[in-house]
Amino acid sequence: MFESLSARLQGISERLRGKARITEADLEVALREIRLALLEADVNFRVVKDFVARVRERAVGSDLLTGLNPGQQIVKIVHEELVAVLGGARHHLSLAAKPSVLMMVGLQGSGKTTTAAKLAVRLRRDGKKPLLVAADVYRPAAVDQLVQLGDQIGVEVHTRPVGTPALEVARSGLEEARQRDVDVMILDTAGRLHVDEAMMDELVRIVGAVTPAETLLIVDAMTGQEAVRVADAFHAKLPVTGLVLTKMDGDARGGAALSIRAATGLPIAFLGTGERTDGLEAFHPDRLAQRILGMGDILSFVERVQENVDQAEAERVAQRMMENRFTLEDFRSQLNQIKKMGPIGQLLGMIPGAGQMAGAAQEAVDSGQMKRIEAIIDSMTPEERRRPEIIKASRRRRIALGSGSSTAEVNRLLKQFVEMQRMMKKFSGGKMPRMGGGLGALLGR
Amino acid sequence: MFWRRREGPTDPLEAAVEPIAVVRPRRERSGMGLRARPSGLGARLRSILSAGSPATAATWDDVEEALIGADVGAATTLELVDAARERFRAAGGRSGDDVRRALATEIRDRLERIGSGRFELGDAPSVILFVGVNGTGKTTSLAKLAHRLSAEGHTLALAAADTFRAAAVEQLRIWGEQLGVPVIAQRAGADPGAVAFDAIVAAQARNLDVVLVDTAGRLQNKQQLMDELAKIRRVIERRLPGQPRHVLLVLDATTGQNGLMQAEAFSREVGVTGIILTKLDGTAKGGIVLAVAERLGVPIIFAGVGEEIDALAPFDPEAFVEWLFAE
Repeated sequence: MFESLSARLQGISERLRGKARITEADLEVALREIRLALLEADVNFRVVKDFVARVRERAVGSDLLTGLNPGQQIVKIVHEELVAVLGGARHHLSLAAKPSVLMMVGLQGSGKTTTAAKLAVRLRRDGKKPLLVAADVYRPAAVDQLVQLGDQIGVEVHTRPVGTPALEVARSGLEEARQRDVDVMILDTAGRLHVDEAMMDELVRIVGAVTPAETLLIVDAMTGQEAVRVADAFHAKLPVTGLVLTKMDGDARGGAALSIRAATGLPIAFLGTGERTDGLEAFHPDRLAQRILGMGDILSFVERVQENVDQAEAERVAQRMMENRFTLEDFRSQLNQIKKMGPIGQLLGMIPGAGQMAGAAQEAVDSGQMKRIEAIIDSMTPEERRRPEIIKASRRRRIALGSGSSTAEVNRLLKQFVEMQRMMKKFSGGKMPRMGGGLGALLGR
Repeated sequence: MFWRRREGPTDPLEAAVEPIAVVRPRRERSGMGLRARPSGLGARLRSILSAGSPATAATWDDVEEALIGADVGAATTLELVDAARERFRAAGGRSGDDVRRALATEIRDRLERIGSGRFELGDAPSVILFVGVNGTGKTTSLAKLAHRLSAEGHTLALAAADTFRAAAVEQLRIWGEQLGVPVIAQRAGADPGAVAFDAIVAAQARNLDVVLVDTAGRLQNKQQLMDELAKIRRVIERRLPGQPRHVLLVLDATTGQNGLMQAEAFSREVGVTGIILTKLDGTAKGGIVLAVAERLGVPIIFAGVGEEIDALAPFDPEAFVEWLFAE
């Protein structure tokens, strides 16, 4: 239902074909499409107005560049303008003091608690010692939720008995952070409406008590026209330093980010993707601009690969491929590396045009195919993994039983593996692309 | 005040359902009403459509803008405004007030035509499945509906089939305790279909009227999670043909155009029968429901209008439109 802007402008391009300049009448048609596309992306209508006015100014009478059709050219202008608004918006946390307080605020259900856990994981990865403080004393089991997440990720969680006021929890949390030599105290607070004065005052008092170095406003990427009003209200009452846009793994365009940025000037710190605790990504203005316009996100994909692939292990496997010594053990290790990068569908979804494939690949994983392959390999002895040719009928039966699969499935895997080895032999004349071919090429190495 | 006031004797459970958070500052509310926010759609429209002033082309442009600002969406806004303009002409309208009347009637008629606000339980046990994306208020809405139904004298069981999110089961358990309603749960990570199944078996054994099934929030573009939800539905159907009687999509009023995609996907996968529109106590008007009603014909059944346990009301199209246009 929601076409991307480039698709919308395709028809206009047809009309403009062969013309050397964009006339004002042509432009009006294009601007209407831009306006609709931005509204469909949930950009606030006032922001859309200003934005379209700027695009008009730039586009009127601009010469057509060779190599781009007029539609593409307008998309380019829109994209550049989007980046200009979003740009300079990238926010790096300043957490120099020890302990620094990082406070999470936002509406109900925006994803504060999940984001708190994700931030803890990220900060620890950067060498900081985090402490989570559970000051959402209102939503039933919110404290339990943070405690369970803390358990999962191995980060301490400061809690107080039910009935302790949030302000008190924040104070004692800071006390504990000082005693335990913590670098960053991540303060989770209850979701609240920006118009709820009593609840907003509570946040003001907490800020007064713990003076956060960073106060992040957590905003659901699906938020509509209200985003501006909500951000304005939080920003007016609290020293908000940046935004986190959550649920970016959904299919919302995230136009709210543009609205908030344009209206408040607040920078964007992170994007939340997925329910796994590693689903927090750095913000890149150009990528978000592409998303708002309905384009893919190849750069995030490359970055995800770089962050998660164990380079040494990849080189080792590649070496073995070259030397024709690739075994099922190496294959197993490759599968593991792919898994570490997160849900495969989410990964492929970042590649323009791979949207369809993403669903299919995710299904392959979810239908358990990947798990079955792993189970079969795991049911082999180390000797069998190194020398699959020794796997004869009785071993096959044992492996099938051990992995809960059938001998036919074991046969299929072995056959595929032999095929893989054969392909590798072909390549190992010295031109073997590194690790899985595609990955090496993507990394540009 | 766009829902019907609950009639009848004082709720016997009232005393037992003090808000969970004893320390939460209580907000004042005049009656059970929604508070019109000065910055909302109503105020904008009111200034545009001041009674008596003649309606011009600019008036209609402003109306369009106001509707878009309420998240109705560009396409639906254009449709609504065209239809309202037709109505306005046919009635020989002249003033801003006539514009307002034409638009209000148009919206109300569309909402009523698809059966918004109607909710019947049918034969016991009646199963109600709660679905939606993350963070829209499924569990809270479920607790509110449980409160309402048990106040009406129905016997209930709650099924904690959100076995995924950390502490979701605990959250439902706490509500169950507060409401004095049994909660059927398994360990975290259990098969959600199995939890729903157990709850139905328990309801049958104890002759309960209603089973309310909470599910994990899921983004509608995650096919494997949508498949899981479809499976929960199938498990319920197989155990009790004709059920679930209701599949309620919980939609956050602050959601923008993605709400339509949510409604489409959940309808396709599990056959949504109605919408609960939550968080209407903020400044958001939830205009996306007009697009959902228009495109998919899914009625809006309940509205979430506050954090208190009784802040869930049958959706009343007439009153909704009035509130939409109120000052």
